[in-house]
Amino acid sequence: MAEGQGLHIDPMGQFEIKRLVEMNIGGVDVSFTNSSLFMLIVIATITVFLTWSMRGRAMVPGRMQSMAELSYEFIANMLKENVGSEGRKFFPFIFSIFMFVLFCNLIGMIPYTFTVTSHIVVTFGLALTVFLLVTIVGIMRHGFKFLTLFAPSGVPMFLMPILIPIEVISYFVRPISLSVRLFANMMAGHALLKVFGAFVVGLSWWGGWLPLGFIVGLTGLEFLVAFLQAYVFAILSCLYLNDAINLHH
Amino acid sequence: MEVEAARMIGAGLATIALAGVGLGLGNIFGAYISGSLRNPAAAPKVFGNVLLGFALTEAVALFAMVIALIILFV
Repeated sequence: MAEGQGLHIDPMGQFEIKRLVEMNIGGVDVSFTNSSLFMLIVIATITVFLTWSMRGRAMVPGRMQSMAELSYEFIANMLKENVGSEGRKFFPFIFSIFMFVLFCNLIGMIPYTFTVTSHIVVTFGLALTVFLLVTIVGIMRHGFKFLTLFAPSGVPMFLMPILIPIEVISYFVRPISLSVRLFANMMAGHALLKVFGAFVVGLSWWGGWLPLGFIVGLTGLEFLVAFLQAYVFAILSCLYLNDAINLHH
Repeated sequence: MEVEAARMIGAGLATIALAGVGLGLGNIFGAYISGSLRNPAAAPKVFGNVLLGFALTEAVALFAMVIALIILFV
């Protein structure tokens, strides 16, 4: 940390949770925070986007309707390719998760907004939901046979004592890796933008142009990452669902 | 050694993971480019997988960053 340079960098300040409406039910802090506010904004945006763009129900879609149809077909194809026809009934789940993560990431890219997915508690909640759904679906469909997920077929018997613990660990680490991936990407990206923003201000008009150029590039990269992470979250949920439904075929 | 100094060294050591990530990212895009030059028609089909591999590999770097942050601040 450079001291006395007059350059103050506070990359983590943007992730601070502020209580907007203090609430306390039975000793549990359930305040309405800026995170809750932005979750509401995200959900309202998704609802308005999908309902307003589909209001015409035209045979030949316009711009807005194509966007809504594109996002629908994107997830529908992803499910069809990765899970198969069995995956149809999980479409609403995967679609909601994808749209929520995507809009959280994208709305977080607007300056002075709050990125909901940059907090591990939010992403871990989402990942845990996926994990529990996959486990419950697997057990309901296959019962006791679901445990063969941990013992891949066609593996020599003497490898089993090593392989089974590895498979079990990799199964239970899924919610952690799924959530940390999204959270770390979002947090690192926004902290990076903040650091470079501080460079621009700190170097003022004679030296700030170089970091400004970097920021422009990084912002583009962050938009890519925002979409990519939503895509990765959705496709990994699909792959996990495929594991549970088709048991390693 | 003081704990504070050991922490700094540990956080630095955690970034060694970036060597593997660099190798992995170079490998992904290198393989994609050489593959798409051999068979340009198939290139758009695998681009989704390239992005998926990119994101998964990048996540390893971010895991290392999270470990470094945990060492430094927790």
